[in-house]
Amino acid sequence: MQIYLPIAEASVNAFVLIGLGGVVGLMSGLFGVGGGFLITPLLFFIGIPPAIAVATGANQVVASSVSGVLAHMKRRTVDFRMGGVLLAGGLVGSALGVLVFNILQGLGQVELVVQLCYVVFLGLIGTMMLQESLRTIYRSRNPAAPRRRLHQHMWVHRLPLKLKFRASGLYISVIPPLLVGVAVGVLAAIMGVGGGFIMVPAMIYLLGMPTKVVVGTSLFQITFVTAFTTLMHAISYNTVDLMLAVLLIIGGVVGAQVGTTLGARLRAEQLRILLALLVLSVCGKLALDLFLPPDELYSIAARTG
Amino acid sequence: MRPLALALALALAVLVPLTATAQEAGPEAPGEAPQPLAPETGPAAPPAPGADFPLYPFPGERRPPAPVNGAAPTEQVVAGLSRDAVAITATFDGSEILIYGAVRRESPIPADPLDIIVTIEAPSQPLTVWRKERRLGIWVNAERVEVGAAPSFYAVATTRPLDEILAPDWDSRFRISLPQALRAFAGAHEVDDTLPFTEALIRLREEAGRYRLDEGGVVLAEDTLFRADIRLPATLVEGAYKARIFLLRGGQVVDVHQAPIDVHKVGLERWLYRLAFDQPLLYGLMSLAVAALAGWGASAAFRRLSQG
Repeated sequence: MQIYLPIAEASVNAFVLIGLGGVVGLMSGLFGVGGGFLITPLLFFIGIPPAIAVATGANQVVASSVSGVLAHMKRRTVDFRMGGVLLAGGLVGSALGVLVFNILQGLGQVELVVQLCYVVFLGLIGTMMLQESLRTIYRSRNPAAPRRRLHQHMWVHRLPLKLKFRASGLYISVIPPLLVGVAVGVLAAIMGVGGGFIMVPAMIYLLGMPTKVVVGTSLFQITFVTAFTTLMHAISYNTVDLMLAVLLIIGGVVGAQVGTTLGARLRAEQLRILLALLVLSVCGKLALDLFLPPDELYSIAARTG
Repeated sequence: MRPLALALALALAVLVPLTATAQEAGPEAPGEAPQPLAPETGPAAPPAPGADFPLYPFPGERRPPAPVNGAAPTEQVVAGLSRDAVAITATFDGSEILIYGAVRRESPIPADPLDIIVTIEAPSQPLTVWRKERRLGIWVNAERVEVGAAPSFYAVATTRPLDEILAPDWDSRFRISLPQALRAFAGAHEVDDTLPFTEALIRLREEAGRYRLDEGGVVLAEDTLFRADIRLPATLVEGAYKARIFLLRGGQVVDVHQAPIDVHKVGLERWLYRLAFDQPLLYGLMSLAVAALAGWGASAAFRRLSQG
């Protein structure tokens, strides 16, 4: 069934969009990530203009993270104070990101920067996760292998403006979480992602938060940052396509439920290896596009103003 | 002569509002003089009236200026469209337009062959064509050409191969063929040669089904009756479209007929589009509400499922 998207001004197959949403929802249910890093490149691929893909992708992430954060609030695994600090940084970052996005669009380099961001971040995080989960598996098979210390004191813990984060059991400076928030906010606006895939490792490795509160807290702040991003894109550039968002959300919501059920049957290390491989393959595909000579040298961009 | 006067009045009624809207929506900023993209093709064209805008004939005149041989035009197009409006609904999947008509003449049929060209043209938009280049090992958009106005959809249907029936000077005058339908700014370009860029634009849009040349798409019977079926793609953009029917003999345009086609979104599509542009804050909040509601609904439904 073909559906005409009012803002993108294109006709696409509704089932393709629901299917896309479903696949991404499945991933988000399985791995606890928003899935924005998958939806935006996929929308590019089916011919949705980059500006609309990014803005609508952000709107879709709102839906999936609301669903996730509600589940975590029930289990009391959200650190609201930490979430609030991250959010404050996130809003600043998001406003900055929307501005940068518009400048890049004028220069015709949006796609390049978005692709570069994806390659760099996905590559880094995929490698880190793969290494970490392989080490866990190796350790579980050889109990004699040397262990890393659970909690390391780094430069991060020597900064001023310390604050108590009870749910996380931390007493650290607010500067690192603020900076993480800003960075993720910028990424959310430019890449159309929630930034969970960068937020979660940053919280674990940089801030030293316990894993059980990480996902809930990250989802809590992602909900608000992506909501803000969506609103900014909608007001400044009219690029949110509600029809497209609704179709993606329908698929995503169902996919997320299936993913969660499926995830309960797999082991955590295996899940992380799978996610790492997925992240690395998306990264590899995007890197190839950048380095190999493209099939089509020319592209058309609409010009406004 | 009453029917003729009637036709003239009709053409006027059609043309005047069309011209007005077209000029209102004119994509060029004042002071920027548009030029044909391919001015190299063909000899200098006859001085075109109102050359700063491709709409022809200019308001109030239905016939082209006196033909080269000096004789008054003896043939005229009488044409109709199967529809003068296209509504874009939520399930819009392209549309088909039938353009039909007849040649009216008051003298015997001339000996040289008669040909018909039908064009359908969407409103023009300014756009940028980028070319990628390898910089520091990666492929980036490096060079660009700004096209002042390119129609988002353009279809040409003819009775025979275009270059056999249309002389280049008449083409550049009426902007019939695809390269002529595009226009670029006369301003300075960043590149030496804009031709590959405009060729790429045409090629990309042909691949996307937005630009189409259908040689043989017009069926002409007995040198009098003709019809053409033109398919409009699913990726149609809103606006005031126009259909033009050209009557040709010996490479020259003998008569032109023009009719508007109104393409607009209806129902939910229209409502969403208007809301997004007129009330962006409200629209953004609504998008968020939909997302939050869907997220909450899914969470609640799943909890019930897993408990039950």
